[in-house]
Amino acid sequence: MADSMSGLEPQEVIDKEMADLSASYQEAGVEETQPRRDYAPYRSSLLRHPTKDLQQVDPEGIELWAPVFGARDVGELESDLTIQRGGEPVGERMVVTGRVLDGDGRPVRHQLVEIWQANAGGRYIHQRDQHPAALDPHFTGMGRCLTDADGTYRFTTIKPGPYPWRNHHNAWRPAHIHFSLFGTDFTQRLVTQMYFPGDPLFDRDPIYQSIVDARARERLVATYDHDLTQHEWATGYRWDIVLTGSHRTPLESDTEEDHA
Amino acid sequence: MTPTPTPGQTVGPFFHYALPYDGDDELVPRGAPGAVRLHGIVYDGAGTPVPDALIELWQANASGEVVQQAGSLHRDGWTFTGFGRSATDREGRYSFTTLVPGESAPFFAITVFARGLLHRLFTRAYLPGRTDAFLDGLDADRRATLVTTADQDGFRFDVRLQGEDETVFLDFGDE
Ligand SMILES: [Fe+3]
Repeated sequence: MADSMSGLEPQEVIDKEMADLSASYQEAGVEETQPRRDYAPYRSSLLRHPTKDLQQVDPEGIELWAPVFGARDVGELESDLTIQRGGEPVGERMVVTGRVLDGDGRPVRHQLVEIWQANAGGRYIHQRDQHPAALDPHFTGMGRCLTDADGTYRFTTIKPGPYPWRNHHNAWRPAHIHFSLFGTDFTQRLVTQMYFPGDPLFDRDPIYQSIVDARARERLVATYDHDLTQHEWATGYRWDIVLTGSHRTPLESDTEEDHA
Repeated sequence: MTPTPTPGQTVGPFFHYALPYDGDDELVPRGAPGAVRLHGIVYDGAGTPVPDALIELWQANASGEVVQQAGSLHRDGWTFTGFGRSATDREGRYSFTTLVPGESAPFFAITVFARGLLHRLFTRAYLPGRTDAFLDGLDADRRATLVTTADQDGFRFDVRLQGEDETVFLDFGDE
């Protein structure tokens, strides 16, 4: 059944598939903490997920290490997405901060964090984004920073808007910021999305729902933090990120505090 | 109690203005002594090239050593950092200019991201004639998906996300 105007399937078809997959997950009773790569309600995944089992292997050589990034790679100002274009972008200014930890709870120190996002109207500067919302001449929507010695990252940006896409008729993505993260090992590489508390689009979004476990999904939702909110300036959100565990025996330099 | 890892999500369709950067796919300048090409096409389960994938390369240097040097985002033209990125073009092609890792390093480590792929995939691109216990332990047809083919400029390594000749993707025990 396709919508007569858009030629796309209605939301109800996607909702039914998501509900069925959720019910069978509950029934199976085995906890999953990552998205399913095979999640049919996200139609673009149909031909883009492996059908064979992943091959178990112990990481070796280069896989036990991650690339190193430094001050040469990332400018101080790149973490402020509101000052890149010579004027104030439209929207709700906010601070997003948190810690990057490895699977053993250790801070990932001095490592690269990259983000990208739509503007306040839900429009990406990307040429493939045809959503008829305004581009903001003062906003590009991409930023970088390095975590500090405590694993903390911090960005100043504006709150992105939700945006439509063509997975099905009247499909809308909940507001989100894309995050790209490195650990201390190649095996810890992660690209994900951060969401905002209470988004009414969560239940209808097959990308978010591809994580079939409710508690796991909530790990992608930032927390509003009034202590981060700045008087007459910006609201504050906190979001911590946990990577998988390191497979390398930690060196002293990995765990030692900075004494500089 | 150890914390539970944060879930991944797809890189989506709009990463091109954020993740790629000038010189991302040139670990060494083209024409540098020893420069070779590592390239290929990313295919979906229907055999159609994937024009919105991102391949990351992480490798040892020409002596087979792991490099721990900054400078991958702003290359100085002299420091080999071992890391690069290549977004696929309209024909699904990615390409790196790099060095052949030293003998002790049998493979290039590869990460695959794409619109429609909900969580990154890891794989290995082995150099022709180099092997290890893991590669030797695979069935012949599966093994072939991980071995690069030498061509006139360097090495060809296609990635098949799904299907009969699907690439072997790796689980380091964290999936
Ligand atoms: Fe997005």
